[in-house]
Amino acid sequence: MNVLNFVNAFFSDSAHWHGYDGIPTRLWEHIQYSLLALVIAAAIGLPVGLVTGHTGRGGNTLAFIATAARALPSFGLLVLLFVLIGLGMLPVMIPLVVLAVPPILVTTYEAVRSVDPSPVDAARGMGMPESRVLFQVELPEALPLILGGLRSAAIQIVSTATIAAYVSFGGLGRYIVDGLYQRDYEKVVGGAMLTALLALATLAVFWAVSRVAVSRGVRRSA
Amino acid sequence: MSGFFDIPSDLQNSYFGLIGLHLREALLPVLAGLVLALPLAQLCVRLRWLYPPVLWVTTVIYAIPSLAFFVVLIDYTGLSELTVMIPLTLYSLVVLVPAVVDAVRSVPQETLAAATAMGFGPVRRYVQVQLPIAVPAIIAGLRVATVSSISLVSVGSLIGNQGALGNLLGASMLYHRPELAVTSVVTTAVLAILVDALLVLVRVLLTPWMPRRTPTKPKAEQPDPAALALKDQAR
Repeated sequence: MNVLNFVNAFFSDSAHWHGYDGIPTRLWEHIQYSLLALVIAAAIGLPVGLVTGHTGRGGNTLAFIATAARALPSFGLLVLLFVLIGLGMLPVMIPLVVLAVPPILVTTYEAVRSVDPSPVDAARGMGMPESRVLFQVELPEALPLILGGLRSAAIQIVSTATIAAYVSFGGLGRYIVDGLYQRDYEKVVGGAMLTALLALATLAVFWAVSRVAVSRGVRRSA
Repeated sequence: MSGFFDIPSDLQNSYFGLIGLHLREALLPVLAGLVLALPLAQLCVRLRWLYPPVLWVTTVIYAIPSLAFFVVLIDYTGLSELTVMIPLTLYSLVVLVPAVVDAVRSVPQETLAAATAMGFGPVRRYVQVQLPIAVPAIIAGLRVATVSSISLVSVGSLIGNQGALGNLLGASMLYHRPELAVTSVVTTAVLAILVDALLVLVRVLLTPWMPRRTPTKPKAEQPDPAALALKDQAR
């Protein structure tokens, strides 16, 4: 297995574990970019998805926005913004946010809409104001799906954040881009492996969060 | 204006040549994904225990970054189109398998019983009854898979000019011609939206029995497959 040899060589070279181009530094950079993009995307997608899902209006508009955003190629957007705006964090963040908003938006909307209407009616009948209906009844019940949307957004961000290296930023993509230019496949495969592992770790984190955050009653019925 | 379509000669392709290449690199994988997903989904419907592990495997594959996937494949398939198309095929499964499974499962029991009573064998029942009823959900899955596939092909330019329209991005940086990046992004986005619209048209043509417009509940007949996929994973 050629690839396994590369991986082994990459991880056993102690030079890859220290300094500004070391694995800890690059990993931390990658996590920072990903978290920032996820927070921005969630700040846009969650409120809009919750409100539209609660009122049940604007579904077609949302679907259209989501398709349009999905149609934009992240890598192309990155290069285009880089050429137009120049060096900076903005050309990296915009494509990542555009990538992450559709899954968050669409799943949140669908999740809130597909909540069983009878407890919602019961809550209204008990005299809960709309905001409490949304946050205390609909949100807990829709939480597994909403987390699912956030999870697929997070995974896409983690795997796509590698392109930040293409416009001279750090992150795990550094190894892939540098390795490709230096014809150092050890580095390329090592970077690829690290990104995949980080994506899998993201899956695990979301699994753990859903274990803790989702109410036991909702989990049992799901 | 001419600068937008003035393709550098080192790409060895015309504007429309690049579009053709892009469509081929994006659509063949989705087609291959559908061919894989149909039998796989049928297996999952027959053997219920198989479904959760299959979902897990597709989700884990989807978690592998496209660039990483391309790079690892270079060792086996070289700097070729195949290196771009294999990952795209596998990515499409994460949307298509749950879409097909849910669609086939949602066929009402009475319909199946009626088909059996009319003397349909299992194969004929699958092809002539289950599949047509499942068409809207399958197409909804195909739409998401195709659009993301079209936008992912561009990343292929990073592994040595296998990105079709994405290759214009590298050229745009190399020759300091931002208009080439505009051409690349806009053309890719328009292609994705056109193919998406085409798939909607295919659905309308394939399901003549369905109402053309359902102003009351448009979402109910055509669930978002991504939401469906997530619903299943949340279980």
